[in-house]
Amino acid sequence: MNYDFDVIARSWQYLFKEGMTFTLTLTALSMVGGVVLGTALALMRLSPIKPLSAFAGAYVNLMRSLPLVLVIFWFFFLVPWLGAWILGSKDPIKVGAFASALITFTLFEAAFFCEIMRAGIQSIPSGQISAAYAIGLNYRQAMSFVVLPQAFRNMLPVLLTQSIILFQDTSLVYVISSTDFLGAASKVANRDSRLLEMYTFAALVYFVICSLASWGVRRLQARTAIIR
Amino acid sequence: MHATLHFQNVSKWYGDFQVLDQCSTQVNKGEVVVVCGPSGSGKSTLIKCANGLEPFQKGSIHMDGLSVGDAATNLPQLRARIGMVFQHFELFPHLSVTENLTLGQLKVLNRSAEQAREKALGLLERVGLSEHANKFPGQLSGGQQQRVAIARALAMDPVAMLFDEPTSALDPEMVSEVLDVMVQLASEGMTMMVVTHEMGFARKVAHRVIFMDQGRIVEDCSRDEFFGAPRSARAQEFLSKILSH
Repeated sequence: MNYDFDVIARSWQYLFKEGMTFTLTLTALSMVGGVVLGTALALMRLSPIKPLSAFAGAYVNLMRSLPLVLVIFWFFFLVPWLGAWILGSKDPIKVGAFASALITFTLFEAAFFCEIMRAGIQSIPSGQISAAYAIGLNYRQAMSFVVLPQAFRNMLPVLLTQSIILFQDTSLVYVISSTDFLGAASKVANRDSRLLEMYTFAALVYFVICSLASWGVRRLQARTAIIR
Repeated sequence: MHATLHFQNVSKWYGDFQVLDQCSTQVNKGEVVVVCGPSGSGKSTLIKCANGLEPFQKGSIHMDGLSVGDAATNLPQLRARIGMVFQHFELFPHLSVTENLTLGQLKVLNRSAEQAREKALGLLERVGLSEHANKFPGQLSGGQQQRVAIARALAMDPVAMLFDEPTSALDPEMVSEVLDVMVQLASEGMTMMVVTHEMGFARKVAHRVIFMDQGRIVEDCSRDEFFGAPRSARAQEFLSKILSH
């Protein structure tokens, strides 16, 4: 058997400019969206108002009980109808694969970020909230200026680790035929019949990026440990 | 009602356990009142009820005529007018010393950044910590942190100050630097309610001493009366234990 690693050189522009850009954009946007929505869910879960905490609890439970591939598929077909229902239109609205994937990953990851932020908020001693209230801050101000910044800082390594998992999970968009990095590699592999070379290369790229990111998180963790 | 703080028959329960039992007292303007008693006597709980950090079930507390327990009272507004210092300092660790002092001024009093900063630096000078203005709380000693905490409360220009065991968590050699700041405050006429075991401080600056035991105010009298001839056997016993060494 002869190997042809030249296939990488021939296709790298397509692989990275299209594939990797899609993967990184999807990862970054769903991470931001997931953290924002997850934080809101965490505050709801910790709320003394029963319906709010029950809703957030049920949402997290639902998302964590479903396989991600199923959710990606499900939302791909559900979102157009949901959009139509919201806009009051008779026909399903057109939602691109990227938008559909972004909505799915944001909603799915929010459940995981919710649990991380909940732990982060609960790790802040209650005395901090008392002190915030004592200078006259209200609940919203106490959360935004005292509790959440600290919770976020404490949880940053875990949030980033979850984001590395998210980066890998975005490859599942192949089920809705989106061209992420793995999707691009797989298309080239099939076109040029270079399956082994392309998948090996793709594995190497994922390995390098994730290892570097994990190393970065560990360094960050060591640094924040000293500050505290 | 001319008292700055007025407690009337305040009772509080944690489930079945009664922590405060019909507590009535007051703190007048310019007065320094020391609250003492054995641990678990409810003194910290009483002081936390004064600015609504702890809810209570029966009775009433008025701060400058405003009812603390009333649901219609704007608690954040009320709390902004009464400073509080905690046993464990509770400085905000993610903010610099100066930012700790400006947060409330900016967000609650809506002062300009310049005004707030000026006020903060002035107060830091007053508590002798000017050179630490840009440090973070974690870089300061316990005594220094507690002085910053006092300055943070003073930055809001409070009408009264509550102290909840301000020296209990400090190493012995740091107690006096904090007490010195409190003595200075008292001499300037600040209205103060202080939960503490520091009987030296009480002797020096307190106008009145309240002694609590098992959720009840057992003794509420002038300083001289308290140290000279406490009426209750429980206070006598407490004093003999705390002053014997």
